[in-house]
Amino acid sequence: MPELLQLLPSYLAAHVQLVLAALALAISISLPLGIAAARAPRLGRAVLAVAALVQTIPGLALLAVMVPVLAAIGLRSIGFLPALIGLTLYGLLPILRNTVTGLIGVDPAMVEAARGVGMTERQKLARVELPLAMPVIVAGIRTATVWTVGMATLSTPVGAPSLGNLIFSGLQTRNYASVLLGSAAAALLALLLDGLVHGIELGLARRHRGPVVASLGGLALLAVAALVPALGAAFRAGERPVVIGAKTFTEQYVLSELLALWVGRSTGLPTEIRASLGSTVAYDALASGDVDVYVDYSGTLWATILERPAPPPDRATALAEIARFVRERHGIELVCNLGFENAYALAMRSRDADRLEIRRVGDLAAHAPSMSIGGDYEFFARPEWRAVRDTYGIRFATERSMDSSLMYQAAAAGDVDVISAFSTDGRIAGLDLRVLEDDRGAIPPYDAIVLASARLAREQPGVIAALRRLAGRIDAPTMRAANFAVDEHGRAPAAVAQDMLPALAGAATDAPAP
Amino acid sequence: MIELDRLSRRYGVHVAVAELSLTVADGELLVLLGGSGCGKTTTLKMVNRLVEPTSGRVRIDGEDVSALPPHELRRRIGYAFQRVGLFPHMTVAENVAVTPSLLGWDARRIARRVDDLLEMVELDPGLVRDRRPDELSGGQQQRVGVARALAAEPRLMLLDEPFGALDPLTRDRVQQSFRRIREQLGLTAIFVTHDMSEALLLGDRIAVMDAGHLLQVGTPRELLTAPAHDVVRQMVETPRRQAAAVDALLAPSGGDGGAR
Repeated sequence: MPELLQLLPSYLAAHVQLVLAALALAISISLPLGIAAARAPRLGRAVLAVAALVQTIPGLALLAVMVPVLAAIGLRSIGFLPALIGLTLYGLLPILRNTVTGLIGVDPAMVEAARGVGMTERQKLARVELPLAMPVIVAGIRTATVWTVGMATLSTPVGAPSLGNLIFSGLQTRNYASVLLGSAAAALLALLLDGLVHGIELGLARRHRGPVVASLGGLALLAVAALVPALGAAFRAGERPVVIGAKTFTEQYVLSELLALWVGRSTGLPTEIRASLGSTVAYDALASGDVDVYVDYSGTLWATILERPAPPPDRATALAEIARFVRERHGIELVCNLGFENAYALAMRSRDADRLEIRRVGDLAAHAPSMSIGGDYEFFARPEWRAVRDTYGIRFATERSMDSSLMYQAAAAGDVDVISAFSTDGRIAGLDLRVLEDDRGAIPPYDAIVLASARLAREQPGVIAALRRLAGRIDAPTMRAANFAVDEHGRAPAAVAQDMLPALAGAATDAPAP
Repeated sequence: MIELDRLSRRYGVHVAVAELSLTVADGELLVLLGGSGCGKTTTLKMVNRLVEPTSGRVRIDGEDVSALPPHELRRRIGYAFQRVGLFPHMTVAENVAVTPSLLGWDARRIARRVDDLLEMVELDPGLVRDRRPDELSGGQQQRVGVARALAAEPRLMLLDEPFGALDPLTRDRVQQSFRRIREQLGLTAIFVTHDMSEALLLGDRIAVMDAGHLLQVGTPRELLTAPAHDVVRQMVETPRRQAAAVDALLAPSGGDGGAR
């Protein structure tokens, strides 16, 4: 908990920055648009239809889709910008709709009175229509505020830190205190912002300057406070920290902490972790230079970045081809192979495996028609699954997609018979599951490899050299034990990484990498 | 002087006002009288262009109103609305001050004008100035409406049933004070009403309308003595018939029966 509280201020600050910027943008776009739409009913209907359509896109998808869209037009595609644009789009509808509704709902007698006393169109809008529609418009802004605060937690996977970091990493590492802290902080922030907007509204309606000044002051204070960490970072040293990325699962959190400790210790450079990135977002971030280092897996890169339909002929060819491809395409350096593999692996309850005498994937074929298999969200759409199915000729009675963190428990509890486990997951041993041998090599190798950005390779050869010393230093049992410590014993990834360090340091000095 | 010259307004096939010609002399109050839907309000709104005529002209002191930007025209003409039309988000003082502030008067002159006008319509400025319209009674609101119409010192006023929502006693008092104010200021005015008694009491001349057509224009005496049309006759006779009915109630028992 204390270490969580230490993380809170920077995530909260980033969250507030995002929300305030998105709301300011959403208001400044949708107010004028709403005014125009209220004047021209045809335009109004079209604008509202488009805004409503945007609203129907699930929040996470809307943010995620910003990444390729921005990349396609050559803008920074991960981090603040895609999150800001996604959140702004999401905040448009409630403000827009309430502006239109509020203006259309102004009593026609008031509109005629405004004309009758000699107001121009502009004066009529500013002095009569907007003030009378204000309660409805502000209600829209308040709705948008609460939505945006909640939705901003989804900016984490597109690379913008937010309170979502606490929630995503907490869910993956089963750290529910972290989930609770992130959610509670978001809820309190929503209440606070809603209260401040309400304060402005009350002050305006009753024409008391007090509440307006106090609420605006509160917002300004919040904005300044949110900028403090960023400003602090700008003043600290002159050095840009080495940014280490992590995708959204336990092993990645542990490895990012480990790389940070290792780089800090070997080079003395400051480091920063950008965690819970979407799978391809992490690679895009490395290509664009937003992230300097992260760990990926050869099989994943082979399929999603090199886009090869067929599995690689062998491990060495895969690594060589990947290294060549990422260097030529994005200047990315394949620094080293950590020494373990985190592959898809079919696993089942040891008890059942013994009873049915199943040791290899091939042994499943006879029993599969009466069994169910559980896989993570993408597994059944992946080439690995097709390869397993076709190589061994297996057909399961049912296929069920589920969150990868729930899969192991589902197998242990008997909800499914076989799962598409990850070979380094600590829960395989912890829950008495057994990995079946892939004797015909249907599943491609998934060697964990360290990738470094072009910038890092060019400007910090010392970091590259330090990272290279990690080659072959982490084996599968070590990684599995580390993952297990986080997943089943609830230890913090940073603490687990800290414990791994002495062995690595010893190994690295005892036997320098070849 | 206001001249309406063959003024027409059509909505699709419906003719709201048909070829209406009228002249209002300087300092005169002309009442436009008729039942609901007869076109009297539409005629009034064509004078300050809240409604644009389908054909015909309106001239004020010889100048065609369509030559002026509408908002400038309206700032020169006081307008009291049928539904009062006070802005609920403004105080009484701000409502009254709205046209002067659009005209760019300085704050001191506006403040003085607001107090004068509130006194003129028999409201205590100290009491009502900073109130919101919804804190006032219906009669007070209508008086504020008249004060607002007078605020920019117009020489011409348009009034659309301004006293419609008042109880008879208040209405009588407000009518008296309006009459006094108009005479003080020498205003030219067009006053729309469906109430014959009000028309007879306030109007220098009365124009009777029915179904978009002008039936007769004349002084109250002319209308009473020589109605040119059956509809006009029925209208002008209504107040007398009512008065006779009241007299009849009092006559037989010499007033005793009224006490029961």
